[in-house]
Amino acid sequence: MPTELSRREFSWVLGGPQGGGINASAEVYAKALARGGLHVFANIEFHSNIMGKHSYYRVTAAQLPVHSHVDDIHMLVALDQESLFGDAAERKHYPSHTGHVHQVAAGGGVIYDADLKIDPAQFGRDDINLYPIPFFELLEQALKQVGKGGQSRKYIVMRNTVALGASIGISGYDEELLFEAIRDEFKGRKAEAAEMNVAAVRVAAAYARSQFGARPTRTLAPLPAEKRTRRLLIKGFQAVGIAKLKAGLGLQTYYPISPATDESVYLEAKGPHYQCAVVQCEDEIASINMAIGAAHMGVRAATSTAGPGFALMSEGFGFAAITEAPGPVVFLWQRGGPSTGLPTRTEQADLQFALHPAHGDFPHIVVASGDIEEAFADSFESFNWADRYQVPVVVLLEKFLASSLFTIDPMDMTRFKVDRGLIHQANGDGDGYRRHALTADGISPRTLPGMPGGIFSTTSDEHDPEGHITEGIENRIAMMRKRMAKLDTAAKEIPASTKFTLHGPRQAELTLVGWGATKGAILDAMAELELDGRLVNFLQIRLMRPFPSDAVAAILRSAEQTVLIENNYSAQLGALITEHTGVVLDHHVLKYDGRPFSRNEIVEGVRAALSERKKEVMVSHA
Amino acid sequence: MPETSAAVAPKEFTLQEYKTDVHVDWCPGCGDFGILSSIQQALFQLQIPPYKIAMISGIGCSGKTPHYVDTYGLHTLHGRALPVATGAKLANSALTVVAVGGDGDGYGIGAGYFLNTGRRNLDITYIVFNNGVYGLTKGQASPTLAKGLKTKSMPDPAIQEGINPIAVALGAGYTWIGRGYALDVKSLVSLMTQAIKHKGTAFLDVFQTCPVYNDLRTKEWYAGEDIGRARLRRLDADPSWDPVVKDPTSVEEIVEKKTRALNASYEAGDNLAVGVFYTIALPTYDEQLATKIPALKEHPLVDLPLYQRDVDPLFNELA
Repeated sequence: MPTELSRREFSWVLGGPQGGGINASAEVYAKALARGGLHVFANIEFHSNIMGKHSYYRVTAAQLPVHSHVDDIHMLVALDQESLFGDAAERKHYPSHTGHVHQVAAGGGVIYDADLKIDPAQFGRDDINLYPIPFFELLEQALKQVGKGGQSRKYIVMRNTVALGASIGISGYDEELLFEAIRDEFKGRKAEAAEMNVAAVRVAAAYARSQFGARPTRTLAPLPAEKRTRRLLIKGFQAVGIAKLKAGLGLQTYYPISPATDESVYLEAKGPHYQCAVVQCEDEIASINMAIGAAHMGVRAATSTAGPGFALMSEGFGFAAITEAPGPVVFLWQRGGPSTGLPTRTEQADLQFALHPAHGDFPHIVVASGDIEEAFADSFESFNWADRYQVPVVVLLEKFLASSLFTIDPMDMTRFKVDRGLIHQANGDGDGYRRHALTADGISPRTLPGMPGGIFSTTSDEHDPEGHITEGIENRIAMMRKRMAKLDTAAKEIPASTKFTLHGPRQAELTLVGWGATKGAILDAMAELELDGRLVNFLQIRLMRPFPSDAVAAILRSAEQTVLIENNYSAQLGALITEHTGVVLDHHVLKYDGRPFSRNEIVEGVRAALSERKKEVMVSHA
Repeated sequence: MPETSAAVAPKEFTLQEYKTDVHVDWCPGCGDFGILSSIQQALFQLQIPPYKIAMISGIGCSGKTPHYVDTYGLHTLHGRALPVATGAKLANSALTVVAVGGDGDGYGIGAGYFLNTGRRNLDITYIVFNNGVYGLTKGQASPTLAKGLKTKSMPDPAIQEGINPIAVALGAGYTWIGRGYALDVKSLVSLMTQAIKHKGTAFLDVFQTCPVYNDLRTKEWYAGEDIGRARLRRLDADPSWDPVVKDPTSVEEIVEKKTRALNASYEAGDNLAVGVFYTIALPTYDEQLATKIPALKEHPLVDLPLYQRDVDPLFNELA
């Protein structure tokens, strides 16, 4: 029996060569759906390549909240043959994929270029609707309407829009909402392009409507105007960027790296208006050290990177910790590892790395956000923690969250308050001020360099309370205790609601455990798993250090059956839970193919683990 | 008003106010003492309030310098003084930022930052204690030790070339390039005051003796006791020497002045040029950042009201 969501959602895929403009079309479509009052979730898959390789954008929309994608496609829009059948023809030995036709749900549709002259038999499906569309010819017609006849070669990228128009013609929707989204996308100097694209949609939609009688079983319509809610359509990197500006970020440093660059580039564009400086550095070592330098001077500083860059930040991280810098906050956007790995794909394999970022024992905070709202809140709060506890902080995020689009309700900004921690109020000549003064909670009031009476020294060597080098035994013990005490202080002060969330009933027959951006797929999967006749809850861990050991132990000890779900090979959260609580989770559902979990993968993985009594299930629905 | 820009009554700072009472643990006779003393005197001569100075160092004997100068001090990581100094200056452009480190720190492990800091031309000063050896790890060859030389703790002579830091600095784009000698404090103080006053990134390489591990480049060697005349040649002893680019828009003049500086930097053997090699007035990184963020023209970043931002317009773009 399907859930209400799985009965009512609409799953649409646009596939084509990289550099072919699928992003713009899919995002315009997503915006039109969001403005029609629908909940939208959209995610993109692409290669580490500038032009030519296969990429696709999946838009999932429903009248009820949707946080994940499903394997089924209700309308596949293919700009090239590879999007239909994969690349086995070109890459005989190790094809990278088998295309999307096999994912089309029974009764679903496929829009493709009629000029490819594909024999319908090649699809091997008699349960789906085929819609060959003459992209080029329709583009020519549309261009003629706006006085650009004969220029379809020049505007070939608009095949996307033709395909989108055909899709609207067949699957339905309000064309005006789409036009509005197009005109929003192409404003000012690009206004001419807006009208060209509007014409392309009109021509293609009219053609598709008139040409084909059969409709796919699932179609799409906006909510009535009076029932529409204003929502934002936002990607993870935007939420994080805005949160950082809200938090008072003064300096962002970065070295270009997928998938972290989008956030820095966003800040480069939006930052100057908010008096936020963004510096592109020569490498990640420079990035973290510049941020540390700025943090010590009293500016809120951050750097954003991915695994390979974080690897270079190791020594800087320890330096920030031993000198008790108020930050920086490091935003670690995970991608497929190890080494260069899968630069443009998602994974959750840097949790243990984030927990052990450098040599030696030192305090730091690691938080892993599950969705847009959490990414915003965690990004904001991390700066408060950095200032209050004078520690470096890692916000652990994923490529999947960075590049996926979500509809969210506008957030209440009044609940976000800046706390800069303890600042020493200098009086007189500052004699007696000790930057690393020993205190019970580990926190020594800091000064802002430039202020009279606040002069301090600090060093990456072990140091005395005045920040001068010493190898003394008693001082070493006192300093280690002082620094590490900040973890306990943070653990006491950070609210439980930030540390973890138990979704669903307090007691259940099945407890799912996970972290990060698998949250959306797990939440949607819970509803489906409940249809199997058992009560399900989901423990989502967010604060990884200091770890909420007691609360997590209590929940897991009273759980009947536990299934851990992680987007990695080695069940890294599972190891962390065992380390802190002694609890060993019953089953693991893991996925390490570089792609995010679909809802089906979670449901089937959990069912397989339970029914086959397997400790570990790997899922990968290609 | 933020404390960092609080006005204070003009006051004469004594030389003593630039010194700390921290025990200096360099070896007796170390060239570092001359450099430390020069830094303290230069800051004193310039009368920069100690609380308006950030001294930032790398790792090694020279890295300990900030502990001995009573200013804000960050003793950072091996090779990373320049990025930390860059971040500090970006955060608070009202500070005088002086980065110091050794030749291994700057030209070896920190080579990437030596190069890229030159490109940026932030208004900071970088002083390198150049002694040809890694002293704190007991005398291994540093990046400036010339091929064929063997100091006393090396088993064999160096088989790779030493780098020419002045030549690298010219290529990297430093806008003030000089070289001094640790034991000629009077000249060194003068070079340091010029370097600190220069608007842009100033790079000062300082020949420094390491009496314990570099038994080749000794005080006596620099004095030329074996050849009967000093090995150091003052550039300004030549009345025709003019390192200043008059027209910063003239590529011709820049190339001419850089070529002369380059030639002087390659004078080897028994003639080692010291003094100002090259200087040019170009827009600093601070100034260019202020064209993007105009408020920086009036206040350093740390004093801007960054914590009351209205981000609603950014959300509205996404509706």
